[in-house]
Amino acid sequence: MSLSLVVFYLLGAVCLGGAVGVVVSRNVVHSALLLLVSLMGVAGLYLLLLAEFLALVQVLIYGGAITIIVLFVIMLTRVQEFRAMKDNPQWPLAVVAALAMFVLLAAAMIKGAPSETTRQSVSFEELGSSLFTQWAVPFEVASLVLLVALIGAIVIAREGGEE
Amino acid sequence: MLEDYFRQYGLIAIFTAIAVILPGSLLVVSWLLSFLRIRPSKPNDVKRSPYECGMELIGDRWPQFNFRYYMFAILFVVFDVETIFIYPWAVQFKQLGFFAFAEMLVFILILVIGWAYAWNHKALEWR
Repeated sequence: MSLSLVVFYLLGAVCLGGAVGVVVSRNVVHSALLLLVSLMGVAGLYLLLLAEFLALVQVLIYGGAITIIVLFVIMLTRVQEFRAMKDNPQWPLAVVAALAMFVLLAAAMIKGAPSETTRQSVSFEELGSSLFTQWAVPFEVASLVLLVALIGAIVIAREGGEE
Repeated sequence: MLEDYFRQYGLIAIFTAIAVILPGSLLVVSWLLSFLRIRPSKPNDVKRSPYECGMELIGDRWPQFNFRYYMFAILFVVFDVETIFIYPWAVQFKQLGFFAFAEMLVFILILVIGWAYAWNHKALEWR
């Protein structure tokens, strides 16, 4: 058990280090890459909590897709303007928002923390069989949601191109 | 069961550690050697250029890219999410039987409609 605690603190350090790097870095592209480090740390935490599938989702969706999207957005904007911007006048507001969020999360963690829990794993096999038998309809609906997202993205991109 | 789980992911953790430590330590060694003048620092224009050979760079290092690239990113994300659903299906393929196979067929077919739509509206072409 002590080994898993050491791994937990290591992964927590990776997450926090990456997150601090995202905020501190002056280069937007470096921020995006450090975000990837932080997200991979979260994937490691999921693995430690025996949530294999969630870790896979974290790596493929957040590590793969979301980071790619963020990098694309940086590529598509005029980065020179951001590079010149050394300071943000809205920082006091950001400090208040961040502190409020911290207090809220800390209060929730202190109030609702489970005293003693045993870790339970949901294996890939169980997940697969329940997804394809019990949750068959929501699974098919998910593909419809993806279809709508795909067509919506094409329509919006076409309208942007015609202007 | 649980020991096996941690043994497998322990191996991945060891691989990750080597993948981070090896290039990182090489950079540190290179930095330390610069103090002993084994790796002298003599930059010039050719060394500083992003590509040492090939095309000459046109314009700035940070150009604004064409908006059309975003289309490909969105398409990638949609099909990436589709891949996620295929994983648990593939692991349990033999136990699940024909019903799950038909389910996955319908799932992929619905997304093929989207793909056909994208193709039909020339979203996959460069205009």
